[in-house]
Amino acid sequence: MKKLLLLGDEAIAQGAIDAGLSGIYAYPGTPSTEIMEYVLKSKEAKEKNIRSGWAANEKTAMEASLGMSYTGKRAMVCMKHVGLNVAADPFINSAITGAIGGLIVVVADDPSMHSSQNEQDSRFYGKFAMIPTLEPANQQEAYDMIHYGFGLSEKFGTPVLVRLSTRLAHSRAGIERKDIREQNEIHLPGDLKQFILLPANARRRYKILLQNQPHFEEESDNSVLNRYFEGSDKSLGIIACGIAYNYLLENHPDRNIPFPVLKLGQYPIPYSKMERLYNECKEILVLEDGYPFVEEIIKSYFGLGKKIKGRLDGTIPRDGELNPNIVEKALGMEIAETRTIPELVANRPPKLCDGCPHIYSYNALNEALAEYTKGRVFSDIGCYTLGALKPYEAINTCVDMGASITMAKGAADAGFTPTIAVIGDSTFTHSGMTGLLDAVNDNSSITVVILDNSTVAMTGGQKSSATDKIEAICEALGVEKDHIIVMDPSPKQHEKNTKIFKKEIEYKGVSVIIPRRECIQTAAKRLKKEKRNL
Amino acid sequence: MKQDIILAGVGGQGILSIAASIGMAAINAGLHLKQAEVHGMSQRGGDVHSDLRISDKEIASDLIPQGKADIIISVEPMESLRYLPMLAPDGWVITNTNPHVNIPNYPDIQDIIKEIRAIPNHIALDANKIANDLGSRRSANIVMLGAASPFINLEYERLEKAIRNIFKTKGEKIIETNLKALKTGCEFAKNYIKK
Ligand SMILES: Cc1ncc(C[n+]2csc(CCOP(=O)(O)OP(=O)(O)O)c2C)c(N)n1
Ligand code: SF4
Repeated sequence: MKKLLLLGDEAIAQGAIDAGLSGIYAYPGTPSTEIMEYVLKSKEAKEKNIRSGWAANEKTAMEASLGMSYTGKRAMVCMKHVGLNVAADPFINSAITGAIGGLIVVVADDPSMHSSQNEQDSRFYGKFAMIPTLEPANQQEAYDMIHYGFGLSEKFGTPVLVRLSTRLAHSRAGIERKDIREQNEIHLPGDLKQFILLPANARRRYKILLQNQPHFEEESDNSVLNRYFEGSDKSLGIIACGIAYNYLLENHPDRNIPFPVLKLGQYPIPYSKMERLYNECKEILVLEDGYPFVEEIIKSYFGLGKKIKGRLDGTIPRDGELNPNIVEKALGMEIAETRTIPELVANRPPKLCDGCPHIYSYNALNEALAEYTKGRVFSDIGCYTLGALKPYEAINTCVDMGASITMAKGAADAGFTPTIAVIGDSTFTHSGMTGLLDAVNDNSSITVVILDNSTVAMTGGQKSSATDKIEAICEALGVEKDHIIVMDPSPKQHEKNTKIFKKEIEYKGVSVIIPRRECIQTAAKRLKKEKRNL
Repeated sequence: MKQDIILAGVGGQGILSIAASIGMAAINAGLHLKQAEVHGMSQRGGDVHSDLRISDKEIASDLIPQGKADIIISVEPMESLRYLPMLAPDGWVITNTNPHVNIPNYPDIQDIIKEIRAIPNHIALDANKIANDLGSRRSANIVMLGAASPFINLEYERLEKAIRNIFKTKGEKIIETNLKALKTGCEFAKNYIKK
């Protein structure tokens, strides 16, 4: 069969389509975005009537996928690592309710923070929720794991977490497809109380989850994803999780590794295989992308004083993603000298595109704020976060999606007025609306600037849930109509916009300013498409 | 056969079109391929690169180890230098000399050219000018691919076929322009080595 050349993300999407998926839910976030994008573009998915489309945020996506699983159909939900913080409540509770139709939660971690605020490791969430967690080593495994994961999910009636990281998500390789499964028919839980997490039911369901733990461990111990490779040199035993295994192989071009190796792809950790490695070898080296998750377990569980090498003892840097050279060094191999980067090479940080509407919003806002002391602009996550850099230096915070409005409110509550919140349209409907309600209810003295570029630009221009709804939402949340003002962020309107900003910043209460102009990248794409369709 | 290629440029310059052409040619030749791309934050005018690995055996790492890249193909001169630590001792640098100046402290282009000339195995060409002369401003990337083609372990005809395939929805005229861009780049490189 002909191989498909797919990104890790796309392999997951194709795997799900082939494994009898009925619906996929997601909010964009690098490096997970391409999973949904692939399904949105897939002709096959359309023919099979697979539900797809962007959700307002990760929590709504997670809950919708749980609802689909409740009906007996297979569902998948995808997000970046910090998205799981947003979806944590339904995620953890879905482990208690259990799943009916196969339910897979795909989370893409971003070690080294290529496009993120932190490098949290989602395997901890899998352990926290006490559900099986899978971690592919390559694109083919990513594809196969979705078939396998749905099987596991339906066998035990549990959600399954699939964790991958940037390198695999955004790397292409040839994959071979497997047999195609039909979608499930609707079949509700046999016990219609299963999903009612009232304490009496919840306690019962929690016991079932606990009873499942030894089964999950047994599955891990017997799993083809957790393979023990013999090795004659027992001076070292190596545990390699997910893509770390590739870096280990890369350093043994003949594929002959002298040491025993445990390749990990399924959690909870396979205790017997791990115990065997621990007992057989003099020292243990743990290779894992992300936090020292396995390393900590092996240290505490088997902690009989053997030397464990990894991120905790400094064999591997404590932060940042792995690569072949870090693993080479950890194996004690000699590192060849390389050329250096000539001194004249300058950094080239990302920046707002020329002509980006955000530029003109910041220019006017900066001028309006010139007469105030600095440090008043609370911002959020999106392209507009680049307004933190020169020449704008227009914002003072960026923490998590939605935090601009609520932090501006908190600072205003402290008596530091006026404060300004700057938030993108998609971020506003993701997590800004509830904060705005708080501010209205307290009549906080804040000015909320909702930068409406009619798209989710940062992640590549997905459809924004906010489009055409922002004024109506603000009004419904109780913002006074006279203080909901739309402006055109363009150089021509600079004077006028500066005046509007000044006036609303002075206003003692909640005002909302909406600079509205389409992102130029999205506009260019749209025009190209329209031209093609003519 | 194993070849590790680094593609370098600036976000928005479309280095992935080069990767797609080589990738398609490699897959059609029955080779294994891995290609790590950059998406997200770094795309907004920042430096971007892609690791492309082709081999007749299974490939382990998605990332090329330091000092192992056989070729650096860069569509921007300063960017070609950023990845020198990745280059194998006998590796080749194939770079465009047309600078993309989007930072205030962009170095003097003559100094950059000097650094490039100091690399024993290099090909330097103004791909934008060549593309312009061919009447197709947007084919600069394909000119670069052409210049790299004598060093890539794939038959030239396979690259041609891949280009035909990739541009097939754009019409015969665009296909022909790009094939010409490929050829011109290729000939430039061959003459450059002779000099
Ligand atoms: C919880 C969470 N989900 C997703 C992301 C990824 N992400 C960063 S910014 C952004 C969207 C920004 O869209 P918008 O607010 O419309 O601003 P724009 O980029 O269009 O200026 C997304 C999805 C994130 N950082 N955190
Ligand atoms: S992608 Fe759009 S929103 Fe982002 S910087 Fe460019 S023009 Fe601005």
